[in-house]
Amino acid sequence: MALYRNPKAWLFLLCLYPLVRLAALAWTGGLGANPIEFITRSLGTWTLTGLLITLAVTPVRRLSGYGGVLRYRRMLGLFAFVYGMLHLLSYLWLDQFFDWPGIFKDILKRPFITFGMAAFILLVPLALTSPHAAMRRLGRNWQRVHWLIYPAAIGAVLHYGWLVKKDLTQPLIYAGILALLLGTRIFWRYKKTKAG
Amino acid sequence: MLIKQAPDIQPSEITAETVYRQRRQFIRAAAALAALALTPARAALPPYKKNAYGGGESANTWDEITHYNNFYEFGTDKTDPAKYAHSLKPRPWTLAIEGACRKPKSWDIDALTRAFPLEERIYRLRCVEGWSMVIPWLGFPLASLLKQVEPAGNAKYVEFITLHDPQQMPGQRQAILDWPYREGLRLDEAMHPLTLMAVGLYGRELPNQNGAPIRLVVPWKYGFKSAKSIVKIRLVEQPPISSWMKAVPREYGFYSNVNPEVDHPRWSQARERRIGEFLKRPTLMFNGYGEQVAQLYRGMDLRKNF
Repeated sequence: MALYRNPKAWLFLLCLYPLVRLAALAWTGGLGANPIEFITRSLGTWTLTGLLITLAVTPVRRLSGYGGVLRYRRMLGLFAFVYGMLHLLSYLWLDQFFDWPGIFKDILKRPFITFGMAAFILLVPLALTSPHAAMRRLGRNWQRVHWLIYPAAIGAVLHYGWLVKKDLTQPLIYAGILALLLGTRIFWRYKKTKAG
Repeated sequence: MLIKQAPDIQPSEITAETVYRQRRQFIRAAAALAALALTPARAALPPYKKNAYGGGESANTWDEITHYNNFYEFGTDKTDPAKYAHSLKPRPWTLAIEGACRKPKSWDIDALTRAFPLEERIYRLRCVEGWSMVIPWLGFPLASLLKQVEPAGNAKYVEFITLHDPQQMPGQRQAILDWPYREGLRLDEAMHPLTLMAVGLYGRELPNQNGAPIRLVVPWKYGFKSAKSIVKIRLVEQPPISSWMKAVPREYGFYSNVNPEVDHPRWSQARERRIGEFLKRPTLMFNGYGEQVAQLYRGMDLRKNF
C-alpha cells in the first residue's frame, strides 16, 4: 500500500503536530517572554491530551462498533509516552538544568511533582511492553500491566491541578473528560457482571 | 528613618544633571515628534528625573514587560492582559484617599501626575510563581501622597482597592478572586521611600495591562502585593485582608516579602528565572532590598509572618 494511503502514516504525522508547532513558534519568536515555561507546559498538556485520546479508543470502539480503531491505540499511547518523556526532559534540563539535589527535593517535597513523576514511572512499563513480541510473551498478564494507564492518567490530572495557582478551569476540563472515560468502563463492567 | 542607598551604586554612575537636562530636551523633542505621528495619543507625562535606583541591573524589554503579565482582571493566562486590557478606560480616572486621615481627598489622575515630581525607578520585580524582571517604572513615592492627606494617629495600615467594573475588566465576570482586588501594607511599609505609585514605564504612560493609570510598586514583596489600576486607598486601623489571603490563606500571607528561605507550600522560592535568561538565579532576601527594608521586620518571625 502506498504510504499516503496508509491511515496510520497520516495519524503519525498528525501526532507530530505539537512538536512541529513548538518548532514553528520557536522559529518565529512566538514562545513568549518565558519560552521555557511555554515549552514545558505545552508538552505537559499534550501528554495529558495524548493519554485521554488513548483512553478514548475503547469507548469509541464500543459506541461505534468499529473495531478498526484498536489498530491505532498503540501508536497513540506511545506518542503520549514520548510527549511525557519530553515534558520530563524539559523540566530536568531547561527548567532545572540538571540540578539533581534540587530535583530530588522537588520530587519528595512538592506533591505536584511527586504525582507527575509517579505518573511517568507508571507509563514506562507500558511503553516497554508495547511491542507485539512482549504482548505475546505476557499473554493474559499484558492486560494487567496495561491497566496501569488508569492510575497514570489520574496522577497526571492531579499533577496539573496541583500546580495551578487559582484558576482550576483547565485542569477540571481534563479531569471531567477522564472521569467520563473511566466512568464508561465502570458502567460497562457493572452491566456485564449484572448480565452474567 | 535612615535610608541607606544600595551599595552597588557609585556616585559616578549617577547621571549628571547637565546630561539629564540634555536628555530631557531630547525627550521633549522626540515626544513632540511622536505626538505628531500618533494623533489620538494620550496626554504625555510631565518630564521626569533619573536617579540612582537600579544601578547595575539591565532592564527587561518593553515587549517582555508588556506581554507577560499576571492581571487576573483580564484573564488568568499571562498573555491575556496584553490581549484583552484594551477594554480598560484609564481616563477619566479618580483616585480617592480616605479613611483614618485628616484631609481625605479625591484626585483626578492627570492632576495627580502633575502634582508630584515623577522619577524613574529601576526595580526588580519577583513574582511569587518563581520568575522575575527588571522594570524601569515612572512614578512618585506613595509617602508623598499619604502625607498630603495627613494620616490620623489610629491609621496603622493602608488598603489598596482596584477598579471593579466587569465591563472594563472582563476577567471579573468569573469569581476567580473576590473582586475588587484588594491589597494592604503596614503604614510604615507604605511610607517607605522605596514604595512607589507608578504611572509610567520606560518613560511612557503605563500600558493598560501593567495597571494603568496608576498602580502600586513594592519591590521587596512578591509581585501580587503591587495592586494595579487603583481607585481607592484607605487608611485603616486593622490589617486589611487581601484578595489572595482570602482566596488561599495557607499560601499567601499579609506580608508576602520575597524570602528564599520560606517556600510557597507547593513550590520552592529559593531560585527564580529572570525573564530573558536561561539559568535560574538565586532569589535574594527582600528581593535584594534588605539594606533598605530589613529594619521594618526586625525581631519578627518571617516564617510565621509570611
